[in-house]
Amino acid sequence: MNSIVCIKRVPDTTSATLKIDAENRKLDDGNLVFSINEADNYALEEALLLQEEFGGEITLISVGPKECDDIIRMGLAKGATRGIRITPDNLYKLDPYAIANLIAEQIKELEYDLIFTGCMANDDNFGQLGVTLAGLLNIPHISLAVKIQANEDYAIIDRELEGGLMEQFNIKFPAVITIQTGINEPRYASIFGIKRASKKEIRFVENISAQGIKVHTEKMYLPPPGDTAEIFTGNPEETAEKVYEILKTKGLI
Amino acid sequence: MRKDIFVLVEHRKGEIRDITFELLTKARNMVQTGGFVYAIVLAKNGDNFIEKLKSEAHRILCIENEKLEHFHSDYYQQVLGSIITDRKPLLTLFGQTSYTMDIAPSLAVQLDLPIVMGCIEFEIGDDKIFTINQVYGGKIHTRFSFPSKNGGIISIQPGTFTAEQGDLSAEIERITFSFEEITNKKFIQFVEAVAGEIDITQAEKIVAIGRGIKEKDNLQIIEDFAESIGAVVACSRPIVDAGWLPKERQVGSSGKTVKPKLYIALGISGDFQHLIGMRNADTIIAVNKDPNAPIFGIADYGIVDDLLKIVPALKKKIMEKCEARSA
Ligand SMILES: Cc1cc2nc3c(=O)[nH]c(=O)nc-3n(C[C@H](O)[C@H](O)[C@H](O)COP(=O)(O)OP(=O)(O)OC[C@H]3O[C@@H](n4cnc5c(N)ncnc54)[C@H](O)[C@@H]3O)c2cc1C
Ligand SMILES: Nc1ncnc2c1ncn2[C@@H]1O[C@H](COP(=O)(O)O)[C@@H](O)[C@H]1O
Repeated sequence: MNSIVCIKRVPDTTSATLKIDAENRKLDDGNLVFSINEADNYALEEALLLQEEFGGEITLISVGPKECDDIIRMGLAKGATRGIRITPDNLYKLDPYAIANLIAEQIKELEYDLIFTGCMANDDNFGQLGVTLAGLLNIPHISLAVKIQANEDYAIIDRELEGGLMEQFNIKFPAVITIQTGINEPRYASIFGIKRASKKEIRFVENISAQGIKVHTEKMYLPPPGDTAEIFTGNPEETAEKVYEILKTKGLI
Repeated sequence: MRKDIFVLVEHRKGEIRDITFELLTKARNMVQTGGFVYAIVLAKNGDNFIEKLKSEAHRILCIENEKLEHFHSDYYQQVLGSIITDRKPLLTLFGQTSYTMDIAPSLAVQLDLPIVMGCIEFEIGDDKIFTINQVYGGKIHTRFSFPSKNGGIISIQPGTFTAEQGDLSAEIERITFSFEEITNKKFIQFVEAVAGEIDITQAEKIVAIGRGIKEKDNLQIIEDFAESIGAVVACSRPIVDAGWLPKERQVGSSGKTVKPKLYIALGISGDFQHLIGMRNADTIIAVNKDPNAPIFGIADYGIVDDLLKIVPALKKKIMEKCEARSA
């Protein structure tokens, strides 16, 4: 069973103070730490599990700057077969449709049963690319998969709905599956895997311009300060005292 | 010129979902003179839904078919593709839900339309549509635009707009549609989550933990603290993904919606999907070492510090005071 896994390089912004670059179009990401998007790591693991069960090859594909090679190498170290990194000239203007176009173009020649993506990228929060790709390739898709029982040419998949409910579908290959976090336990790369990965191929697709951009970024800005919490300052002893007072006044203890 | 706004009516197990009323309210406020708000009902039997939507839209388009008994993105896409092509709305609105994530992107491809998913606001300009999206975990906003001449698709985060009762009386139109049989994807069944021992939706006080607790071993400190104030421990999604707490303790869009008297959020950043599950709690206290964490935008009180320092201090304070009170 051959699969393709789309992986995105995203910054960890949870504890960072963010800045926007002069043109207001892009995050100033100089001091941020980047890694594979959380859901994509689960998607990769799902492909590796299927590879262990059915054999076959895994192709990783990432659209982004040359630093994407780091996440591709990590995936190769875990057991993927090869990587493709696409770096178009107009990288910072792309919308998911344009990214999906680039990916579709590069995988045309490949044989695949399944294409995996994450259900959502933690930077843009669209949750869009995988199902866009399915539309472009005209193959069926399931999004938000939380359980996959695969056979040679079809799978039974549970997809997650709101409130903890799931719905189950039977889907024939080739298909696109977008993976929700928590579906498996992503492995770590072994030292041996890391050594082996340095011999694997990454193909670079450069000097091209992405086509079909439909949505434009007008600007990025820090959200206007809204209502915010009353912040208690002081050392832990002092802030604890204030919290205690609140709980007591409100009859919560 | 295109003026109408279409809203897909989202329903599950016979109930219209709240997001639909939020979208219809917003659509009524946004639709420009001469345009109509359409509620699009796709169902096996639409009567029940039509009844509940009469006052909410100018027009209700209802397509009934056996194939629409359960949500199936491909059948939905066939009908929506056809009616959007025929009737040329300015916008088709969806909620950013699990159904929408399964249908809107491929529908946009089929129709060759621009689409922005996960917006918190939109505007209709002279020849462009603008949207505002929260990106980077809510720390940054982005303003997107697309030309409006061919129409477009937008999905909106649930809970962004408040639903208000409409006062329209909709014209109802039923259309028949002949579906192409889909053979490569079949709905099998709903799968219910297994019920756990603790029902967090019933709890009056909740201490919720997020990825900020760092290690599973730190759970004990949290449980001790929760016990000292008679609270149950709940969590954000990553804690469940890591297997540290069972799924039934997860708060948020794909977990439980809670409305306790007290919600203490420890090391939770405050992503949209989490906030939607807890923002109606009476009193919210957040502890996060990042002063810019979006959780402070919704909390009543906040402490910017390491939760592993604050939690033991809090527990100690509460024990001391309670002992002093009972002595
Ligand atoms: C379809 C879908 C459904 C989802 N459903 C849900 C859902 O139901 N519920 C849910 O919660 N999420 C859900 N998510 C995930 C959601 O998008 C976020 O990824 C998640 O809520 C983040 O959890 P977190 O705040 O614990 O982690 P993070 O975003 O990583 O935040 C951790 C926070 O801890 C702080 N921190 C770190 N160390 C410390 C310390 N020592 N002391 C104090 N603070 C510290 C950091 O500053 C940061 O703010 C869903 C996602 C998708 C795509
Ligand atoms: N630039 C990219 N390169 C490779 N994969 C991507 C890229 N952008 C998005 N994806 C994939 O699509 C998923 C959903 O992304 P999004 O639609 O941006 O939320 C991600 O989890 C990735 O698997």
